[in-house]
Amino acid sequence: MIQLAGVNKYFGQNHVLKDISLKVESGEKVVVIGPSGSGKSTMIRCMNHLEEPDSGTVTVDGIEITAPGAPIRAVRQKVAMVFQQFNLYPHKTVLENLTIAPIIVQGIKKEEAERTGLEFLERVGLKEKATAYPAQLSGGQQQRVAIARSLNMHPQIMLFDEPTSALDPEMINEVLDVMVDLANSGITMVVVTHEMGFARKVADRVIFMADGEILETGTPEHFFLNPQNERTQQFLSKIIR
Amino acid sequence: MATNPFAEYKWLALLKDWRVFAEGLSVTLEVAIVALLISLALGILFGIAGVFPNKNVRKLNRIYVEFFQNTPLVIQVIFLYHALPHLKIMLPVFLIGCLGIGLYTGAYMSEAVRSGILAIPRGQSEAGLSQGFTYFQTMRYIILPQAKRIILPNIANQSVSLIKNTSVLAMIAGGDLMYRADSWSGMNMYYGPTYLVTGLLYWLMCFPLTKYIKHLEKTAGVKS
Repeated sequence: MIQLAGVNKYFGQNHVLKDISLKVESGEKVVVIGPSGSGKSTMIRCMNHLEEPDSGTVTVDGIEITAPGAPIRAVRQKVAMVFQQFNLYPHKTVLENLTIAPIIVQGIKKEEAERTGLEFLERVGLKEKATAYPAQLSGGQQQRVAIARSLNMHPQIMLFDEPTSALDPEMINEVLDVMVDLANSGITMVVVTHEMGFARKVADRVIFMADGEILETGTPEHFFLNPQNERTQQFLSKIIR
Repeated sequence: MATNPFAEYKWLALLKDWRVFAEGLSVTLEVAIVALLISLALGILFGIAGVFPNKNVRKLNRIYVEFFQNTPLVIQVIFLYHALPHLKIMLPVFLIGCLGIGLYTGAYMSEAVRSGILAIPRGQSEAGLSQGFTYFQTMRYIILPQAKRIILPNIANQSVSLIKNTSVLAMIAGGDLMYRADSWSGMNMYYGPTYLVTGLLYWLMCFPLTKYIKHLEKTAGVKS
């Protein structure tokens, strides 16, 4: 579904992705962990071309998005992204946040976009907030709206870039619950997070990154019970309590 | 003994010739409106150019802004007035005024637009792009509606300056309010009432606009 081959990315002198190769199968849930600055966000942002690799190829659903003139917008409609800072549109109501892209980008009728939008809002437990503005919601509620907004594009792949890192502790679970529910629906997911509890519940595979490299890959159990790499052990000892 | 600059007969003379001032006022208003439209169009165009992904387009914005912001409007208008005929372009003074003031104010407008767009967090355009919006759709539906609240008060401020700057037309015999005031009082030396009334007329044009700005700033602050 997603394939990275020999991806390198520099920010100035900083080599943030070092020859990354990775394959995510259809329906697979992959959790990416690692210390900050390890390149995990940059890697996931390469998957919908928010970052452009300096070398290497990224292929999504059979389309090489790093090729010149690739249909990036078409790919982005299949690959939804949930951001750390939610990035809801503050000038739009909750329901409008869900419907604007389907209407403008996908040409779906307003009534239809609103009907499915309300369904997804119900799924994340926020149907009654349809007419509210993002600023009137808590962080956890905003992130759930952001997830519903992504779902209303009917994506095949969901990318999560530290979706709970900007939330107060008591709001983290309401977002994770929605994500677990989503994971059970069979969609392909790549999640950058430190929530090992979430990884244990849903991940088919966990990837540990540090200094722009993938250092260790395995099942969640592997990471809980017997991580091999020294950096991995150090990192996990800090985040698993 | 010097005569009273505000002697009654001078007021009466002005009152009798009120048409001179009314015509000047109407020219000033016309120039202001046309120049405002030109400057708004240029401001939006070059303002967006100033945040465009392509470096060369951004450079275009800088050249335009740095040129027009850093030379006096008077020189720009006089230059247009004297230079265009050499290029075999014959424009009426009215249009030269509109063009000159429009180009000049457009530079300030584009800075207002550019800084307003830059004030919107980058995550907004990333969210738009990640949903499959084109660059221009992201601008139109996501960025500009939010930037508007920051840009509008600034643009209204520039509009006040623009109205006052139309007085530069007096330098090229533009027939505007300032020009009529200059030439009428130059004939009869009744400077006192002339410039008092002229100043008042400019104030009457600008004051409602500044009121409107205050209103805009208020509403921009309330919504979030």
